[in-house]
Amino acid sequence: MTFDRATRRKWFSHGMVVLTGLSIVVVATPLVWIIYETALLGGSVFNVALFTQGIPYPCTPGNGITCHQGGIVVPIEGTLILVGLAALFSVPIGIGAAIASVEYGGQRRWARITGLVADVLSGVPSIVAGAFVYALLILYDPAIVFSTLSGSLALAVLMLPIVTRACEEALRTVPHSVREAAYALGISRWKTSVRIVLVGALPGIVTGILLAIARAAGEAAPLLILLGNGCAHSLQGIQDEGCSLSYWIWLGATNPYQNWANLAWAAALLLVLIILVLSVASRLVLDRMARRMRGG
Amino acid sequence: MNPDNPFPAPSKGATPRKVPRFGDWTFLALVIAATLLVVGVMVTLVVVLLYGSRFTIQSLGFSFLYGTTWNPNNNVYGILPFLDGTLITSAIALFLAVPLGLGAAIFLTQHAPGWLRGPVGQLIELLAAIPSIVYGFWGLIFFVPIERNYTEPFLKTWLGWTGLFGGTPFGVDFLTAGIILSIMAVPTITALSRDAIAAVPRAQKEAAISLGATDWEVTRRAVLPYARSGIVGGIVLGLGRALGETMAVVLTIGNTDKIGTSLFDSGETVSGGIALGFFEPTGPLNISALLEAGLVLLAITLAINLGARTILHRFQSGAAAGAE
Repeated sequence: MTFDRATRRKWFSHGMVVLTGLSIVVVATPLVWIIYETALLGGSVFNVALFTQGIPYPCTPGNGITCHQGGIVVPIEGTLILVGLAALFSVPIGIGAAIASVEYGGQRRWARITGLVADVLSGVPSIVAGAFVYALLILYDPAIVFSTLSGSLALAVLMLPIVTRACEEALRTVPHSVREAAYALGISRWKTSVRIVLVGALPGIVTGILLAIARAAGEAAPLLILLGNGCAHSLQGIQDEGCSLSYWIWLGATNPYQNWANLAWAAALLLVLIILVLSVASRLVLDRMARRMRGG
Repeated sequence: MNPDNPFPAPSKGATPRKVPRFGDWTFLALVIAATLLVVGVMVTLVVVLLYGSRFTIQSLGFSFLYGTTWNPNNNVYGILPFLDGTLITSAIALFLAVPLGLGAAIFLTQHAPGWLRGPVGQLIELLAAIPSIVYGFWGLIFFVPIERNYTEPFLKTWLGWTGLFGGTPFGVDFLTAGIILSIMAVPTITALSRDAIAAVPRAQKEAAISLGATDWEVTRRAVLPYARSGIVGGIVLGLGRALGETMAVVLTIGNTDKIGTSLFDSGETVSGGIALGFFEPTGPLNISALLEAGLVLLAITLAINLGARTILHRFQSGAAAGAE
């Protein structure tokens, strides 16, 4: 049986369409599988103790041994403090730099450097940010190299370009007529920037900050270098060794204890949930902004 | 008010001041300080890493870049064993993620029913945000055993003659780490390709259809060439991410510092070598070597990322020009 050219082309086309459809199945399978296992294993120890108790003694059940489940309150606190500090460092600087480049720079050449540097910084691998903070703090004070503070500095380096970029884009969406109206009313330039333009750009800025926080919360590589290991006991000051959810997953994955692994899955589930909530929240903020822009 | 003059001069307080107010000066100083800080972070990052790696730069020179041994106990540092791991795993990741990610993007934009596009698109964007440590943990617990027991013996039996799959399949090796990286790179490649393909004007497709092209010929000859630079930008950005990735790789590659030739060899990447090296540094020379490895990784990823951004910018300005 022979096919003419047109039939061959048609069936080749059908075949390729089926292949693209298959590729989406192949792509989705491991991703759905990851979510499924995380939800299943993390969910099996998802209870109140998780949020009230500290890390338990390492233990694997069997031969009549029962293990204490324990909880991950220390990693949770650690992540909150780390991300909070990193936001404290990066958000004001990012917003300030964005205001300088958009509100004062305009079309001028120097104003473009902020965007360029943000582009370059956003390509810095997280492990290099960690090595940088290590190299910097060891010059300053070796005693605080392994601490919550140094970990949060590395996270701030990773958040800074995201916040700066998002702020620049948000400020650019505020129409120029709004600024001119404010100047016409005799409002000074800085008050226009802070009380009118910045407020108008707030949804975009909040979205950027939420996405930056989501990125920082899941980051583990620089914390491997910088946190020390403060997971075993309750957290001390920010100049002492710290802990985070991501660091705890690393400990659970690289140690052979069953109850630690269970808590690591719980930490993974919690991290994924946190990031899910932050993404949904940022989408809601953007939608609200879009509706307001349409004049609703 | 003087009735003869309906337009009295404004009172003193309302005149626009020529001299900026105190608040303006302070605010300007603050935002300029913020700009200098952003630029300063970038500059300090490079300077501090250079200064921190001065011992190895001075004592080893270029041999750091082509040395084949990394042995902190004897203070011998050559980065090739790590570079080898980074390049092999990233190559595997691209080899798998480009066709699959692009195929998924084509299906989503061209052939998928409308009700499927939105949810799947959002799922993919969410997956790009899952932390790499979670991918690594999952890979270590669930994927490594599958590799060890099924995939790798299968490949060894049927493709062993290629020489790529020699040695004992332990499961923690270049192949596994590369596959995990490809799983992580797919959402980036799919999302950016999808945006590029969605930006192709309708007329481009309609012209091809009117000439009697089949579905695939429309995609292959009318859509993909138009979206090419956007797709390439997405791929290079995915590559940049794969090169710098640490956690997913460090848990699945086996962490040995020898140069591997088979895909079943365990090894180490630059990022993983840095992360693990800081746990027990043997001395100042070791720390210096780790920081220099960081510089090398920084140089590679920056070159890749700036390349990707140049391509994407050209794509954006090209799309803007096409719309006019």
